[in-house]
Amino acid sequence: MSSVLVHAPHAHSGAGVGGVMATVMLALAPATAFGFWAFGWPAIYLWTVTVLACVLTEAVCLKWRGQHALPRLADGSAILTGWLLAVSLPPWAPAWLGVVGAVAAIALGKQVFGGLGQNPFNPAMVGRVLLLIAFPVEMTTWVAPHPLGSSGAPDLWAAAGITLGGNGYDAVTSASLLGGFKTELTRGVEGASAIAHAFAPLSNGLAGMRAGSLGETSAGLLLLGGLFLLWRGVIGWQAPVGMLLGVLVPAAILHTTHPDTTLPVSAHLFGGGLLLGAFFIVTDYVSSPGTPAGRLVFGLGCGLLTFVIRNFAGYPEGVAFAVMLMNAMTPLIDRAIRPRVYGRDRRGRSLPPLGGDKK
Amino acid sequence: MLLALAALTTLGLGLGLLLGTAARLLKVEAEPITAELEAMLPGSQCGQCGFPGCAGAAAALADGRAPVTLCPPGGRDLAQRLAERLGVSVDLSGMADAGPRIAAVDESICIGCTRCFKVCPTDAIVGAVKQIHAVIRDACTGCSKCVDICPTESLHLIPIPVTPQTWAWPKPAHTPVLAKPVLADAGCH
Amino acid sequence: MRIFDFLSRLPSWGVHPDDHKRPAADRALRVVTLPEFLHLPLTQHVGGIARPVVRIGDTVHKGQLLARAHGNISAPVHAPTSGRIVAIGDVHSPHPAGLTLPGITLAADGDDRWDESLEGLGDPFNADPQQISEKVSAAGVVGMGGATFPAAVKLALGRRMKVQTLIINGGECEPYLSCDDRLMRERAADVVDGARLIAYAIGAREVRVGIENNKPEAIAAMRAAAEGFAEVHIVPVPARYPMGSDKQLISVLVKREVPAEGRAADAGVLVHNVGTAWAVHEAVRHGRPLVRRIVTVAGGAVRDPGNVETPLGVSVSHLIEACGGLLQAPARLVLGGPMMGTVLPSQQAPVVKGTSGVLALTAAEAGDQAPAPCIRCASCVDACPMGLVPHEMAAHIRAGALDQAADQWSLTDCIGCGCCAYVCPSRIPLTHHFDYAKGELAGRERMRLRQDATKRLTAERASRQEREAAEKAAAAAARKAAKAAEKAAAEKAKAEKAKAEQAAAEAAGSNEGATA
Ligand code: SF4
Ligand code: SF4
Repeated sequence: MSSVLVHAPHAHSGAGVGGVMATVMLALAPATAFGFWAFGWPAIYLWTVTVLACVLTEAVCLKWRGQHALPRLADGSAILTGWLLAVSLPPWAPAWLGVVGAVAAIALGKQVFGGLGQNPFNPAMVGRVLLLIAFPVEMTTWVAPHPLGSSGAPDLWAAAGITLGGNGYDAVTSASLLGGFKTELTRGVEGASAIAHAFAPLSNGLAGMRAGSLGETSAGLLLLGGLFLLWRGVIGWQAPVGMLLGVLVPAAILHTTHPDTTLPVSAHLFGGGLLLGAFFIVTDYVSSPGTPAGRLVFGLGCGLLTFVIRNFAGYPEGVAFAVMLMNAMTPLIDRAIRPRVYGRDRRGRSLPPLGGDKK
Repeated sequence: MLLALAALTTLGLGLGLLLGTAARLLKVEAEPITAELEAMLPGSQCGQCGFPGCAGAAAALADGRAPVTLCPPGGRDLAQRLAERLGVSVDLSGMADAGPRIAAVDESICIGCTRCFKVCPTDAIVGAVKQIHAVIRDACTGCSKCVDICPTESLHLIPIPVTPQTWAWPKPAHTPVLAKPVLADAGCH
Repeated sequence: MRIFDFLSRLPSWGVHPDDHKRPAADRALRVVTLPEFLHLPLTQHVGGIARPVVRIGDTVHKGQLLARAHGNISAPVHAPTSGRIVAIGDVHSPHPAGLTLPGITLAADGDDRWDESLEGLGDPFNADPQQISEKVSAAGVVGMGGATFPAAVKLALGRRMKVQTLIINGGECEPYLSCDDRLMRERAADVVDGARLIAYAIGAREVRVGIENNKPEAIAAMRAAAEGFAEVHIVPVPARYPMGSDKQLISVLVKREVPAEGRAADAGVLVHNVGTAWAVHEAVRHGRPLVRRIVTVAGGAVRDPGNVETPLGVSVSHLIEACGGLLQAPARLVLGGPMMGTVLPSQQAPVVKGTSGVLALTAAEAGDQAPAPCIRCASCVDACPMGLVPHEMAAHIRAGALDQAADQWSLTDCIGCGCCAYVCPSRIPLTHHFDYAKGELAGRERMRLRQDATKRLTAERASRQEREAAEKAAAAAARKAAKAAEKAAAEKAKAEKAKAEQAAAEAAGSNEGATA
């Protein structure tokens, strides 16, 4: 009898980690492609370098930990981390910024904890936060869109200069909506409200023709990607809806009471990294709570913290910080929020037998 | 920038404090460990560890005078649990993983000398002078005292026979073996 | 997709695997030819091992008692055909680890002659309900859905708890399996009659038959059979795995949950499988014990999948032969459905009372792949019909914290349905973890009981030895005392003797003196 003891089920839905990652990348692709088009070759270079750096770091770490690198690399999680990190960087940022972020994301954010599935923090956000703290200038130097093929767009060579050395960078810097608003606000209300009014939700926001991170400007395409993920069942609605509510509801309230010193809801929704965060960052499986209800709370927390940071803290954008803070809360949420078990009440006690509770 | 750093630091400190307090509040009062260890030992007082009975062994374990591998009837499993309980790391590879065992009488060579059931700490062997002895499976702890004393080597330890009632799935391997064709015993004609 | 489920009011738990029920479900029942030997394990049920009442060499008729029930929860075993007992000892068993079981081997004589003394109750609906229970108990009927719990014990429980609703489980949610489907299509009247008999036996007022809506033919047949019986309701339920699990079916049919620390009767219902209802009908109407059943033989490696009615004790290989044999060596032979079935190490294993299917699966069907680390995607949480958090339980079990998995994460509530492992993108063998942990915890409990027994025995021995020593000492003391007394007496006598001698000597001396 040469039998092998295998346990049921003897069937599988066919879902796989690689497939999940690939679906997320597919959903992220349109917004990224738009970023490539809007910010030109430097953006393409930066994205490529960052993704490659992530994969390489992952491979080195896996080798160093004595694991077979190929099967783990094949699941695509390192590529996705690099991709998410890249799309949250300023599009014309120098390549070394992407590399430093990538090494931080994979080595510090993921592998030191034991690799896939073990990291308490979202690796891409670890990279981004580290860069924000260490290199605040490079991380907040934005450019206005220079669509590929338009007159102002850098060609292949000029782009290489920008990505490798930061040449010709200063000439074209532009303020991001959230950043510009915050800066102006310290000088006076008029400038700020001018910026807020100059922001056109449709063309600047939904379509994405504005200064901002590589892949987070095109709100419309991000929304499309998010809906695609929802439809494919890759993500649940809980975390994104929580995050959107967490930012937009207090923002709406605050804007009605302080219309001059705060941004309108549309600017919060389309003007920063909210949609990217809601659909692609807070939905990260590993670092968010393990139950649907927990994810709603998690999303709400991320949203509220983002709102607080955007309005009351020193940084104009707060998604990355908010996500990392809530990542730290995840174990607590997982302890507190669990599904109700069949035959038990919410507190885990067995339900009373039928008619058994009458005396 | 500074504000953010300050905020992060405050938050970190706050969380740390919270966790610290929680750890303190939720801390389980340490039981008298000797009693707990004694409860883990087989309790047959067989003395193979060289201590006077299981209580003596538990006391010795508690103050570190004895290794966790001291109890032969408990085997590797017990050693592992003791190591876990005491928070020590131990190399168990040298310890035979025989699993729990019980004594069995080879009826062809038993001469009915009655020596074995005089030493059995749990009265698990029955018989009488000049009659073949038998082991009561449920009462035997596998301490091997009888095996040592048997003049004809008729007693030996066997693994406890597995029945469908006691069989259990083994721990899943980290990378499970994939199924191979299973029909070696009955071809597919 | 959850959102569509929500809109269509489907239950949010569970999974929807490809059902693979056709073509087997649409083929008429086949009858297997009798093989030469039948192997009948003595535990085809939950509970005590049945005790043989026949001897090697006995000739028996079909339906004759071979082994009687032993203990409160147990079931007898009967001869599936007429023939001669050729062995009583260990037989192959359908156990995943290939363990053998005590059993009886019967050589068929080919006549297949029924025991003529068997007869049913004339008018069961006017009989004492107790008589129905007795018939069911004597016929060795057990839960045919795979649980194999003795049916008569459940009837007694239902009567004691005054259960009002009887649920007949025609869910059959496991992919591939269609034995219940076939039974309902071909013998709907018998099933309905059996259900009514059970309801009468326990005093239930209502019978609800839950059938998954992917079996329209069965639903139609059962509806036709139930016509005229107002208390019998045929209720189509959504096809969703594990709808055929008692707890899930109860919650769908009566909108109540079974208490975690209780039984179905605590929710006011009793659940029996359609196969059990049929077996009850056979036992009560015809007095026939449970000696045959319908088994689905399917899977990509089977040439001609279908349902067969077979005597118990027939080997799996014989069943596969009856379905045209194998097209290729299967990657895995499974007993039961693919979601919860167990691997069969050998084709020699016999069909037993709880065998609902034999699947010869190809590698592609079995879907094997090496596991990867958990990515906490929570697919398993969504799928679990019991509201558990499988990835947390598995993580605790992997780390060796079995007690925590049980106490904090409700491992004991897991029904082992396999939904979690079915959806896991990392292919983690979650249910294997859970079964390992449940077995390990049960083993520890056994060890603990054993240890307690050991301690008691040791204490008893010590007190016995003390007592013996005391007795010995007492005896020794008594002997000593007796000896001492003897000695003292002897000494006294000696002393007296000496005294007398001395006196005599003295007397003699004086005499001498006197004579001198
Ligand atoms: S389905 Fe698998 S990978 Fe996803 S959380 Fe559950 S165990 Fe982890
Ligand atoms: S945890 Fe248990 S009950 Fe839940 S899906 Fe997994 S096997 Fe089924």
